[in-house]
Amino acid sequence: MTRKSDWLFRLYLILFLAYMLLPLIIMGGAAFNDSRFPSVYPWQGFTWNWFIELWNDTRLLNSFRNTLMVAVAVVVISVPIGTASAILVNSVAGAVRSTLYGLMVAPILIPGAVIGISTLLFWNTMSVAPGLHLSVLGQVSYISAFVMLLVLARLQSFDRSLEEAALDLGASHAQVVRRVLLPHLYPALGAGAAIAFFQSIENFNVTLFTRGPYDTLTVYVFSRVRSGITPTINALAVLMILFTIAAIVIVEVARLREERRLSAK
Amino acid sequence: MKDLLNRYGLPLTTLICLLVAFWLLVLVILPNLYLFENSFRPYLPVQEMGGPKDVYTLKNYLTFVESPIHITVFFSTILYSCVVTVICFAITYPLAYYLAKNVSVRSLPTLFLILTIPLWVSEIMRSFAWFIILSLRGPLNFFLVNLDIIDKPIRWMTGFRSVIIGLVYTYVLFMLFPIYNAIQSLDTNQLEAAEDLGAPWWRIHWRIVLPHSKPGIASGSVMVFMLSAGSILVPTLLASTNSRWFTEIIQQWMFESLDWNTGSAYAFLLLILCTVFVTLVMKIFRVKLSDIAK
Repeated sequence: MTRKSDWLFRLYLILFLAYMLLPLIIMGGAAFNDSRFPSVYPWQGFTWNWFIELWNDTRLLNSFRNTLMVAVAVVVISVPIGTASAILVNSVAGAVRSTLYGLMVAPILIPGAVIGISTLLFWNTMSVAPGLHLSVLGQVSYISAFVMLLVLARLQSFDRSLEEAALDLGASHAQVVRRVLLPHLYPALGAGAAIAFFQSIENFNVTLFTRGPYDTLTVYVFSRVRSGITPTINALAVLMILFTIAAIVIVEVARLREERRLSAK
Repeated sequence: MKDLLNRYGLPLTTLICLLVAFWLLVLVILPNLYLFENSFRPYLPVQEMGGPKDVYTLKNYLTFVESPIHITVFFSTILYSCVVTVICFAITYPLAYYLAKNVSVRSLPTLFLILTIPLWVSEIMRSFAWFIILSLRGPLNFFLVNLDIIDKPIRWMTGFRSVIIGLVYTYVLFMLFPIYNAIQSLDTNQLEAAEDLGAPWWRIHWRIVLPHSKPGIASGSVMVFMLSAGSILVPTLLASTNSRWFTEIIQQWMFESLDWNTGSAYAFLLLILCTVFVTLVMKIFRVKLSDIAK
């Protein structure tokens, strides 16, 4: 690798970072512009108004609550399902394994709109009205696959003789799971829960078709963008970005501290 | 199965199997079968359901075949999703290579955290950002006019170009990460050996790096294509009347015409499209499903 091309690569990386971040900055800027339409140009003066309006938007707060409820429900259902699936797939072999694996991975490769519509239809024939409960089921159907993949990867490093040893020493099956298997899986379960949570918050396509009359954050923002946009949406975006950055800084500081602790040893 | 029983006992094994059965049967297989069945039934008022008119028919699919506009939209959705996939690949390949082979291990985690900021800010906000940037009196036109690159503001949001811009921005990271993962597992000694033997940089990429990153490219392409073809947000926000997306038509059948049967037929077509694409990618790149889903 010559020095010149390294310089080019570095420039490219900086350009790419700018490409990823500038749109977010522009969108955030519009939240402070005193203009009825979300824009940064022409600049008509600084204002906090859109944040105040955001705070007074009851429908928005309501949809925010719905989003959190759905996300928690999705985590609670998809983590056990994903874990059970990983354990099952891991303990079979041959054609059964590849069939099961294929079936479990398939939901990731189905478009969200199709998942939403098929969930809606199926439960409609069972006379279950659309609503947030259907959104949960629809989301679980593909989010479980992410959990399954994470747990399966972790299971690969699991030493099965530990289980056998525990059983030989007289532990019950429940004890083996609780004391030996689950502790080994905790990192994957934590990551799975986090991914499930954020995937659920982010979801739009499945929710759009299954939600019935209820709003979640993405659906609400979408309807606002289509009906009449004011920069309150941008104010919401600013809050989301700030929240993200705060989380990132916390993670980063914790990581650096850990690194320093390890190198001090 | 017996192995499972030995390890976890009857109650736990039953629980595991029930959870998996609930997921695969009730949440995945049955709904899709219903979708398939429903797509062959006519759209009828409630009181006529189950009556003499409620027979299987190809009518819903004929609606698609007989409407040139819908066929055009279907194929342009495929075409432009492919364009988005190719652009994402072109943008991310050099970057993934640089991140995997040249950036110091110490700064990588920080870089990745910064890169993932847009991912945590929801998809709708990401496309909305471009809605602001691309508007006629938006910052992009202001910038280009003031730099004298163009003399009149461009109307960006016509045709498919704004949709492509939006989709690329929204999904580009889904291409970057798998390719990065693939290249990262390549032994740097191989590259040095090739260099020592006098291979030019392009040959190193063509013969070593690209073949090695095939699973990553396949997985990235599948993700980006699927997300693009199935996207509803980006096209609805950024497209104009002359650039409709297939998902928008599905959505119209479901919510505006309230014709769920034709809606299911169209949704099923989208499903077939994605299945065909995944199969093709698996064949072309000679990878398995387990390589793609990582």
